[in-house]
Amino acid sequence: MLTKRIIPCLDIKDGRTVKGINFENIRDAGDPIELGALYASQGADELVFLDITATNERRKTLSALVTEIARHVNIPFTVGGGISSVEDVSVLLQSGADKISVNTSAFKNPVLIDHLAREFGSQCIVLAIDTRYEEGDWYVYLNGGRVKTDIKAYDWAKEAVNRGAGEILLTSMNNDGTKKGFALDITGQLSQNLNVPVIASGGAGTMEHFVDVFENAQADAALAASIFHYKEIEIPALKNFLYQKGVNMRF
Amino acid sequence: MKTVIVKYNAGNIRSVQFALERIGVNGIVTDDETEIRSADKVIFPGVGEASTAMQYLKERKLDQVIKNLKQPVLGICLGMQLMCSHSEENDTPCMGIFETPVKKFTSPVENLLKIPQIGWNNITNLHSVLFEHVPENSYMYFVHSYYAALGADTVAITNYVINYSSALQKDNFYAVQFHPEKSAEAGARIIENFLNI
Repeated sequence: MLTKRIIPCLDIKDGRTVKGINFENIRDAGDPIELGALYASQGADELVFLDITATNERRKTLSALVTEIARHVNIPFTVGGGISSVEDVSVLLQSGADKISVNTSAFKNPVLIDHLAREFGSQCIVLAIDTRYEEGDWYVYLNGGRVKTDIKAYDWAKEAVNRGAGEILLTSMNNDGTKKGFALDITGQLSQNLNVPVIASGGAGTMEHFVDVFENAQADAALAASIFHYKEIEIPALKNFLYQKGVNMRF
Repeated sequence: MKTVIVKYNAGNIRSVQFALERIGVNGIVTDDETEIRSADKVIFPGVGEASTAMQYLKERKLDQVIKNLKQPVLGICLGMQLMCSHSEENDTPCMGIFETPVKKFTSPVENLLKIPQIGWNNITNLHSVLFEHVPENSYMYFVHSYYAALGADTVAITNYVINYSSALQKDNFYAVQFHPEKSAEAGARIIENFLNI
């Protein structure tokens, strides 16, 4: 049976992980390769690396880093952040990324998704959506949550899937950083109505929150960053807890 | 020992090469017929679309080269599907090493099936040297929309709404639907088992 997936997310800036203190068992917690390999050895099912570097040099640095991650990490990983062309994606996939995620660039130029899916296959195209609930619905936000749009998250997700997105990474801005749980309603709406996997993100604070998002919202995967980086929740304990609660997990 | 990875217009070649490197093996990536024929072990990877990949192989006569190899060959993902008789993906005649047809996952009326299957699923009914020291129900990483049906060459079974072949074996030909190069330690074990044949 297909398992639910636990996905730690690592923010990368200038080739280093931004968060990630408090790891006495690895030499350099700022090293994305070492941190990624550690999570893989602990039972993470996949990794997401989000590049938040803003300089012009980023592309070269990133592809070199992706090569080293692929060399050392024996589980699948997604790379996102500032990807806006077929060429960007080609470089990252050839460097060894398994999937890439697009966000603002795809919203501004939706045909990019068609092109990427045709060129590389839907299975490696993840659409990331940042969404906020206001005035009775969930709206898409762009540029890392700074720019509001008047398009509803569900409508955009549906269009993106029709264009060839193979997976949706949904981050609720209302929940992100609160540690009060995932946004179950919008996650559930997407997961139960779209025929591609949905990765829930934003709000994880306790192990029960993961049970909720898998059982109640039927998310296919759950992503979190700080609770793993700061060891508030450790992956082996989380997977054991979920398994005890009847959620299918890989061990 | 010379291990060759067949180079063609498919993804995941780099990942396979790195997986070999992690177990101390240098994988030579090549589409040269002589190089492939002289290898001790041949890995035929693949992520992509069946008809485009078959056309590319045929234009370079690599389909005939692979089919006539006598040393152990390991097909991965699309590589496995191309070794089957026929794929429903754009109605593509394949190499026919295995008699098994390749079909598309279809959603049953009563519930929504997510296609492609993406993630970790278990392998059961293991009957191959590939799975030595790999326990029943081990989890492997799968990404696919098409599957090889069950048949005489089935040596592992996985369930995604239906039971299908997650591994096939016939004579010197071995094939897996999942990605051993991305399946943590259990996947590395399968690659090592193949190299030890």
